[in-house]
Amino acid sequence: MRGIGFLLAASAALAASVVAQATGIPKPMVNDEVVTGKGFPRTLGEFGFFQDYGAREPSDFVHPYELNTPLFSDGAEKLRYIYVPEGAQMNADGEGLLKFPVGSAIIKTFAFGEGDEQRFIETRVLLHRSDGWLALPYRWNEEQTEAKLALAGGRVPLTTPSGEEISYRIPNKNQCKACHSVDGEVIPIGPKARNLSGEWLASMHKQGWLDQVAEGADTLPLWSDPSASTDARARAYLDLNCAHCHRPGGGASNSGLDLSWEQQDAFAIGINKPPVAAGRGAGGLLVSIEPGKPEKSILVHRMNSNEPGVAMPELGRSTVDKEAVTLIRDWIAQMDQGTE
Amino acid sequence: MIRISLAAVLLATAAPALAETHTISPGDGAQERLQEALILAEPGDEIVLEEGRYTLLDGLSLDVDNVTVRGAGMDGTVLDFTNQAGAGEGLLVTSDGVTLRDFAMENPKGDGIKSKGADNIVYHAIRVTWTEGPKPTNGAYAIYPVESTGVLVDGVIVSGASDAGIYVGQSSKITVRNSIAEYNVAGIEIENSRDAIVENNIARHNTGGILVFDLPGLPVMNGGNVIVRQNLVTENTTPNFAPPGNIVAGVRRGTGIMVMANENVWVENNALEDNPTAPFMIVAYTQQFSDERYNPYPRNVVIGVNAVDRGGYEPDLDGGEAIAQAFGGELPPILWDGLSDPERSALYVTGGIPGWTLNLPEQGKGLGGANPAPLDAKTAPEDWDKSGVGAPTELETRI
Repeated sequence: MRGIGFLLAASAALAASVVAQATGIPKPMVNDEVVTGKGFPRTLGEFGFFQDYGAREPSDFVHPYELNTPLFSDGAEKLRYIYVPEGAQMNADGEGLLKFPVGSAIIKTFAFGEGDEQRFIETRVLLHRSDGWLALPYRWNEEQTEAKLALAGGRVPLTTPSGEEISYRIPNKNQCKACHSVDGEVIPIGPKARNLSGEWLASMHKQGWLDQVAEGADTLPLWSDPSASTDARARAYLDLNCAHCHRPGGGASNSGLDLSWEQQDAFAIGINKPPVAAGRGAGGLLVSIEPGKPEKSILVHRMNSNEPGVAMPELGRSTVDKEAVTLIRDWIAQMDQGTE
Repeated sequence: MIRISLAAVLLATAAPALAETHTISPGDGAQERLQEALILAEPGDEIVLEEGRYTLLDGLSLDVDNVTVRGAGMDGTVLDFTNQAGAGEGLLVTSDGVTLRDFAMENPKGDGIKSKGADNIVYHAIRVTWTEGPKPTNGAYAIYPVESTGVLVDGVIVSGASDAGIYVGQSSKITVRNSIAEYNVAGIEIENSRDAIVENNIARHNTGGILVFDLPGLPVMNGGNVIVRQNLVTENTTPNFAPPGNIVAGVRRGTGIMVMANENVWVENNALEDNPTAPFMIVAYTQQFSDERYNPYPRNVVIGVNAVDRGGYEPDLDGGEAIAQAFGGELPPILWDGLSDPERSALYVTGGIPGWTLNLPEQGKGLGGANPAPLDAKTAPEDWDKSGVGAPTELETRI
């Protein structure tokens, strides 16, 4: 699927550039002043990230990418791009987050529906300005011709791939930051070298957009890949779906629960850890993870709920990620009950 | 001319402080209008919530420093979250210098107002109510400042929280005063926090009135320097309705003022009536733990002069009835578990209030080895510097 997606994107870009050359019309470029300027652009189109109104064809220097293990968003398909201004370069930082130069942007469109039925719901952008990163949500119109700034977020009724009718939540600007922050500063989450394909990183390096492919790149498994170990898949899933808040400096730091990939302390990842501020979210269970007992683990209980105040993550989903619940159940069930 | 240029200078220097007021009214689109105002506000601005009931489906959030959110009174402006569909709290504040005042929030699905990493925050004349009374499905905390330095909670009314009505966690420089906490599991809870004053509050009809806790395994620990004074702590007889698993689920019905772990806690000039398990309960952390940074014992807790009536007459403790009988039908007001740090005394009683001890042999092993006896507490506490305790005075100027 990944290969096909890449080929499609590549051929679309090629076709577009052929058209541009053939007609002599200068190809649209990203508007750097809008990316780095002040204020909140009213429409997605103002950035020039895409050649077309429908945001299907990326502009020059806007590169599609995918994550090995993504965040679950009610089954939305996500089209991800990064933009790095001409002459600038990303720097690798070990297996961690790529360091983006000022003027970069990360663009993510959330889509539902297959083939011709596919509709864009929202596009979220992260802009690296001189005073830090800024996160903004844009909501697509019915005609799919324009995405307008939705500072306060919104709700959209839709049907998920699993057939559930939901009121899909577009986050407000602050809610973007709720996940995208460490110590109060907005940061990207996804593009960590460990969660990006080695192939893509090598390609970016070869084209000069990335200084090097660091050791530790591409080490997170595809969480849906059954050939990877349950432990690795579970930890990758938790890292991507929980650790943006549940880590030191994150939005849920006060819980003491740290679900990031690099955390090795059993108590910190929740094993035999009592809840702190879970309230009714704990569901009457005593610890985040009881080894061997998924049914007694708060982690599973909260992943398996849709109820506000219980459901985790608090933001970003209205449905249960059933495959993930199965994975985490299996992971906990396989834990040695003597784990301390 | 001089006057004019002086005025011009004044105007120029004052320009950055020319705060704007954004007025929001209830009705269609209130969710978006209010949230947009919270996002677009500039430091110094005031967001005014006109009188009325606001129906809100999603949590609100504020991330701009030095903003005031002001309603038309805790009965005039009501943010109604009864049909909330998303987010973990009604309002989340993540910026510094914020003032929240004169509005109410009803039935948030999770917490009421959470302020995290939000230094120098003022909560004034706020009401958070779960309108169906005590229920385990109510949200955990009504007023929930955490990981913050400088917290003033003044004149709030909270009821129905399935954990604590007013909960201040992992913070410092705190004052909670002039507030009413009722029909919660814990009325007011100060947890893993330092330099706190809890004064002039009414904590009634809760399971436990006022709790001062320190727990292991958290980013911020070593709670202490807490003054609990001039509070009315009465009729805390509501059965515990906290969902099991949470630390307050272990709070016994009929607890007045409870200190668990912590150092330097000063309890005086409170009036306690009708707290049938224990008007005062001083205990070590009850569970086992592996956090080496953590001290599970209360150290230097002082019970000074307090007025006590009707305490310990119906203790919610295993074998409590028999123990009460042994003490002549009513337990003495102070309950100590008998555990202390080998280096420091757990408890001093300077006001002459009698007590009893469970004489537990070991921390974290339950009540199994209890050997109850009258308390013979020391009377000369360690001195500690109380000058830096409480919210910074700057916060009071915003009320």
